[in-house]
Order: sequence, then C-alpha cells, then structure tokens
Amino acid sequence: MLLYLLRRVFYAVPIALAVGFVCFMLVQIAPGDPINAIVPPDAPADVVDQVRRDYGLDKPLLVQFGLWLSKVAVGDLGRSLATGRPVWADLHSAIGNTLMLAFAASSLGFVLGCVLGGLAGTFRGSVLDRTAVGVAVAGVSVPHYWLGMVMVVIFSVQLNWLPAMGAGPGGSSDWGWDWDHVKHLVLPTVTLSVIPMGIVTRTVRGIVAEIMNQEFVVALRGKGLTRWGVFLHVVKNAAPNALAVMGLQLGYLMGGSILVETVFSWPGTGLLLNSAIFQRDLPVLQGTILVLAMFFVALNLCVDLVQTALDPRIKRG
Amino acid sequence: MTLRRLLMAATLAVLPGLTPGPGQAQGTIRIGMTAADIPLTHGQPDQGFEGNRFTGIPLFDALTAWDLSRGDRPTPLVANLATSWEVDAADKTRWIFRLRPGVKFHDGSDFNADAVVWNVRKVLDREAPQFDPRQVGLTATRMPALRRAEKVDDLTVALITSEPDSFLPINLTNLFMASPAQWERLRAAAPSAEAAWNAFAAAPSGTGAFRLTRLVPRERAEYARNEAYWGEKAKAEKIVLLPIPEANARTAALLSGQVDWIEAPAPDSVPQLKARGMVIQQNLQPHFWPWQPCFAGESPLKDVRVRRALNLAIDRDGLKQLLGGFMEPSVGTVGPGHPWWGNPDFRIRTDKAEAKRLLAEAGYGPGKPLNLKVQISPSGSGQMQPLPMNEFLQQDLKTIGVNVEFDVVDWNTLFTNWRQGCAAPSARGAHAINVSISTMDPFFALVRFYDSKMAAPVSNNWGLFNDPRFDAMIREARNTFEPAARDAALAKLHAAGVEEALFIWIAHDVSPRAMSPRVKGFVQPQSWFVDLRLPSIQ
Repeated sequence: MLLYLLRRVFYAVPIALAVGFVCFMLVQIAPGDPINAIVPPDAPADVVDQVRRDYGLDKPLLVQFGLWLSKVAVGDLGRSLATGRPVWADLHSAIGNTLMLAFAASSLGFVLGCVLGGLAGTFRGSVLDRTAVGVAVAGVSVPHYWLGMVMVVIFSVQLNWLPAMGAGPGGSSDWGWDWDHVKHLVLPTVTLSVIPMGIVTRTVRGIVAEIMNQEFVVALRGKGLTRWGVFLHVVKNAAPNALAVMGLQLGYLMGGSILVETVFSWPGTGLLLNSAIFQRDLPVLQGTILVLAMFFVALNLCVDLVQTALDPRIKRG
Repeated sequence: MTLRRLLMAATLAVLPGLTPGPGQAQGTIRIGMTAADIPLTHGQPDQGFEGNRFTGIPLFDALTAWDLSRGDRPTPLVANLATSWEVDAADKTRWIFRLRPGVKFHDGSDFNADAVVWNVRKVLDREAPQFDPRQVGLTATRMPALRRAEKVDDLTVALITSEPDSFLPINLTNLFMASPAQWERLRAAAPSAEAAWNAFAAAPSGTGAFRLTRLVPRERAEYARNEAYWGEKAKAEKIVLLPIPEANARTAALLSGQVDWIEAPAPDSVPQLKARGMVIQQNLQPHFWPWQPCFAGESPLKDVRVRRALNLAIDRDGLKQLLGGFMEPSVGTVGPGHPWWGNPDFRIRTDKAEAKRLLAEAGYGPGKPLNLKVQISPSGSGQMQPLPMNEFLQQDLKTIGVNVEFDVVDWNTLFTNWRQGCAAPSARGAHAINVSISTMDPFFALVRFYDSKMAAPVSNNWGLFNDPRFDAMIREARNTFEPAARDAALAKLHAAGVEEALFIWIAHDVSPRAMSPRVKGFVQPQSWFVDLRLPSIQ
C-alpha cells in the first residue's frame, strides 16, 4: 500500500507539469495580450514595450515558462500581473471560500442524493421512484446559474429572507459560524448542490436496484433479517461506488463554479479564475489551475484509499 | 397547539433574524461597484476610471482636479493640491505649480514640494528607490509629455515636459499624491520596493477626504471620513465598496438592502428598481461610443462622402429607445455647449435621403452595395451594450443599402488590436473598430486619433489618419497656454474633425446608477467621477 501511495504521489509530478504547460500555452494561443492587465488600452507603444520588458513578457515563451516553473518548484506561484499581490495570498483565501461552499454543497447533494436514490432503488416502479428520478433529472438539467438567479429573486429580492451576494456581512476574512454569516452560504449552497444531488440520486438508485436483485439479499431475507438489517447490508455494498461518484463531484465543485460564484459574488476560485481569464492574468490562471489540479489528484487518491478501506475486495498496489 | 401552528410560530420567530435589513451604522454608504476586484489602493488605481472614482480621488488628491459639484455643465478644471500654476514665459516646457500650504497626509506627514517630486519620480525615474513599474502603465500613459519635477521651494515645484504642452494641468488630475513618509516607513520593513508598494496598498496614506480603514482584496474596502481633511469634509461617516461584477447580482443586492447604491444597474431592471422606490441617476458622460474608421488600403471609409453618409444614416433616437433612454445621441466627440465643440458646418443628424445621395455620389447603390466589416466586442468596460447596439446599427444601415459584417472578438483582444492599427493582420480586414472613448482630456479625446505621429502602434490612431492640417491644429492647441485660447484651438480641431467625419459618432454614455432613496445629496456630474464627499445617508 505504501508503494502504491508513493507511486501515485510520483505520478502527480508529470500531471502538474502537463497542466502547467497546457494552461500556459492555451493562454498564449488565445487572442489578446496579458499586458492589458497592467496598462490601459490607450497606452502609447513605448510605455507598453517598457512595461512588457519590466515584467519579462518580452522573453521567449519557453523561457517565461521555465522561469515560472523554477519559482513554482520552490513554492512561489508568482505575483498577479493585475494587482501585484502574491498569487498564493489570493488563492489561499479563494480556496478556503470555495472549499467551504463545495463541502456544504456536496454534503447537501450527497445526503439528498443518497436518500432519494436509496428510496427510489428500494421501491422501484413506485410513485416515489418516479418522483425521485424526476427530481434527479431536473437537478442535472436545470442550469444552476439560472436557478441561482431565480432563488435570489424569490428569497432575497421578494421575501428579503436571505442575502443576495457576498460571503458574510464583513467579507470572508472575518467568517464565523453564526447565522449572520451562515445565511450568506444558504443560496449558493442550494444552487450548487442540485447537480451532485441529481447525479448521486441516479447512481445510488442504480446501485441499490442492482444489489436488491442479487441472491445474497434474497438469502438475507430468507434468513429472516428485518428490512432494516437488509438495508444496512445494501448500504455497505453500495457505499464504495457512491463514494467514488461523490469524490469526483467534490473535485468538480472544488474547481469552483464560475457561474454560481459570479451570480452570488462568492469570493472563491471560480470568481478568481473568471477575472483572471478576462484580464489574461497568467500567473493567477496558472497558479490556480495548478493547485486545483493537484487537489483533484489528491482527492482521487483519498477516494481510492477510502474505497479500499470500505471494501477489502478492492486491491490497490 | 397543532403541528402546523407550531411550525408557523417557529417561522415567524426566525424571520426577523433572516431579514438582512439596513442594520448599518448611521452614515455608512455601501456601494456595489462593477469591478471584479477592489481597484488598487497604492495611489494609481487600475480598473480604468472606476478605479480613479473609488480608490483614487476619495483617498488621494492630485495637483489639479475636476469640479464635480454640479451636474448642469461640463466639469471645469480647478485647483486642488496646487493653488495656481503657469508656464514659464521663457521656456514653454517648464511649468511652475504653487502648492497648498498646511496639507497633511493621513499619516500626519506634510504635503510639500518634496512629496510632489517624489511622486513624479515614482513613475518616471527608473533610478528612484520608489520607482514602481506597475504604476508606470497606469499613470505615465495619462501624462505623455511630463518628464521630471524639480523643487523650487517648499511650496513651489517646477514640472518639465518633453515639448510645450498646454494639456499638462489637465493630465495631472491622474497623478495622485501618495505619502513618501508612509512608504519609507513600510520600505524599512519590506524586502523590496515592490513589496513596500504592496504594503502601502494595504495601508495607504494620501491627503484625500477619506482614509482606508479595512481592505479585503476582491471583497470589500472600507473608508472612514478624514476628519483632518484640508477641504470641505465628507458628509458620510463611512463608505463601503463591494465589487459585484454581475449586473443582476448588483441589482438584487440593492433591492435586498445589502447595498445602498449600485453602479450600472441592468437596464431591464430599471422599471423594477423605480417601482421599489430606488432613484436612478444619469447624466451625459465625457465618453463616446463610435465606429473608428480605417483610412488605409482599400477601405471605403477613406471617402469622406461615405463617412458622412454613415453619420447621417443612423437613427440614434431609435437606438436610445432600445437602451431604455440610457444614452445620448452623439453629434461629435463632445456636444454643443462644450468648450471644444466649435460649431462645425457639417451637422450630424438622421437624414437617410441625404445619406443615400452621398453614397450614390461615392458610387454605391443597389448595383454596388457598400459592404463594411467592423471589429467589435461582446462586452467591456465603457462599451455599453455592444452586441444589441451593433445589431441595431446593422439593421438600420441595411435600410440605405449598407451591408455590415461583424468580427466579434473579446474585449482584451479588441484592446490589443486597437493598438496595432487597421493595416495590421489583427484587424482582419476590418474597415472600422468599435472601442468607446473617454473625452475628459484633449489628448485622449482628440489628439491621439487625429495626430499622424500617433498612428498605430505608437498610440490609438488605429485608422492611420494622416492630414498635415490636423497636425498643425494640434501643434497650435498644445502651444496655446491661456485656457480660453487653448479651448478655442481645440474647438477648431474638433469642428474640423466633425466636418471630415473622422468618426462615425453614435452614442454618449449617461452612466446610470441606482440608489436607495435614503442616499441624500448625491450629485451626478458630467464626468466619469463623482464627489463622494457630497452624499450622506438617512
């Protein structure tokens, strides 16, 4: 197992390099100019050239990439072209905010998805099953930014129950787990949870339905186990697959939902990426994508390990 | 008690806690900006003029300023940290500025000639310890002729330009004075000048009417009134700035009571905002939204008859209706009543018959339609609503037999292409480009487009316009130092530009903003900026 773990960590190195290189080249290929993050559009050519030299943007692309990589190797993600702030400082707070939102949304989605999927799989063909499937399909089909806007209109603008934007009355830096802060989390969490809820519902329903047809369930019933006792066996068998799906969903949510974070002005990685893309702020883009990619790799590794722990039949290494 | 009653009681008990409500200290105005981040607070803001509006002028002062106290006239230039100025009669590249006595920075240090020299060197002298390349791009571009500063005495400073330039006092509204003492103190604890400027941005010290009390990058900036301000003090005790880049989110934030004022509400939300008692503010902006023609190669817009025809063909009132009234028809770079208007003989209006006649005279008609390609963006700062506006123009020009094709590129790309000129491959054969333009300063309103020396890639003469008559008029304006005579020279230049139809003038922005009726005393001047000292909140 230790060897397996080391091998997986080692695999992350080429992945990081590839992610960094592809991201760097994609930004270079895209039309536009990173210098626009630093100088206004009406800047004379001599000023633009001078600033380009000051920032090293006149160097060959591979040299620029090499310089960035050498800094990353010692833990320095560089500075934002637009603000001059260290990328890690902005990224650190953004990741914290997105993690909070992603965990809240995936927990809600996972719980609802498991409940709905479990009920639908247990009572196949019933009204309950059809309702759960309908909710799941709606969850994955409704554009979540649209749902977010509708919820803002209802709960913020009309009812004035919940705030429409932001991460707390004083911003995310003084976050606390009291209602004044938590209420800012409600609408983005619900909005972001609908897709994982739909996917988990459909996955769990399929797994439960399949397990319910297996012979060992008939045998358990034949042995006189109560419905609750059978249910526990089904849950234990369904858990590894459901967990794998949820791990992936958490990874996607960690990437930050650009649209949902923009709709709610939630200061996470999605909003950070959004402004970095429009400003061609290369250090912020590369740093953010690299860290998120590494997080995704780490998350998959954790899911694999937890799966193994839950189901000893799955061998790693 | 039934379960239903119990639930209702519980809900009612929780409701007051759910409601965001005003809940703010009296005198705190919360503003939802369009920017995605708090503009830089080190003294030379980014984020275009929204940066100057919210983190430049309130925290810092410049030597000269715009009078933003009235909305019924173009904003005049007034004394600020400088009380008077004049060009040296013997050397027109040397200006003398006399400084306001008794002004102190927020950190308590004195504002004087040394501070001015220090601030000029921060962007123009690469050998200065405080030189900051980041601020060069944001500042030097707006003071193209300034070269250096020299202290004459404690309250007098000489500013030297590369050539005689009567626009310098106007340019200087963009050079904000940061405290050298505060920077030196932070530099002592910082590993580099760059790090010191970052520390300064977190704890800035200017001479402005507000002090920064809290900064959460990307989330909020909080200001407190500067009780020691040298001029008229602000009425509001506090200002809170919140970046909310999405227009619907800004509108929802205002309607739900999270902010008291939003910049640029979504146009289709205006009826709802009005119905909920919100106040919509708007005024003519020193801005225009044109098609800038290409004068090079085979461009059909080289022919003045075609350019005039397009200017006459556009139904600007129809466009205004499309935008819900949030624009003013543009009949020049500036409008009648502006000191630079100049009363041109060619009057821009809607006259489709005359437009058709001019096109026919230029050789275009049903047998040979005029085909135009225009490079546009789907969005962008100051771009208003480029897609529906351009589509309207496309349909409108079709009525006189002009076929318009669009090359849509994103805003950043359009910027880049604008610098490269219409003969560059990046123009992809476009005959015009649609970039909105600020007109606060004569260099940015007129000179950079009409001067042959400003042809791309040097500056924004994208169309590569070259006419010695215009070069001579520009020289005359830059060498006329008495303000009224300088304005007259600029008026001559502007009128000549309209007569030659050097742009297809379409719209002026009116910069709508919406605010709670609790905000009192706000004045929307004819400017990109506002005076945050004036409003208060009940």
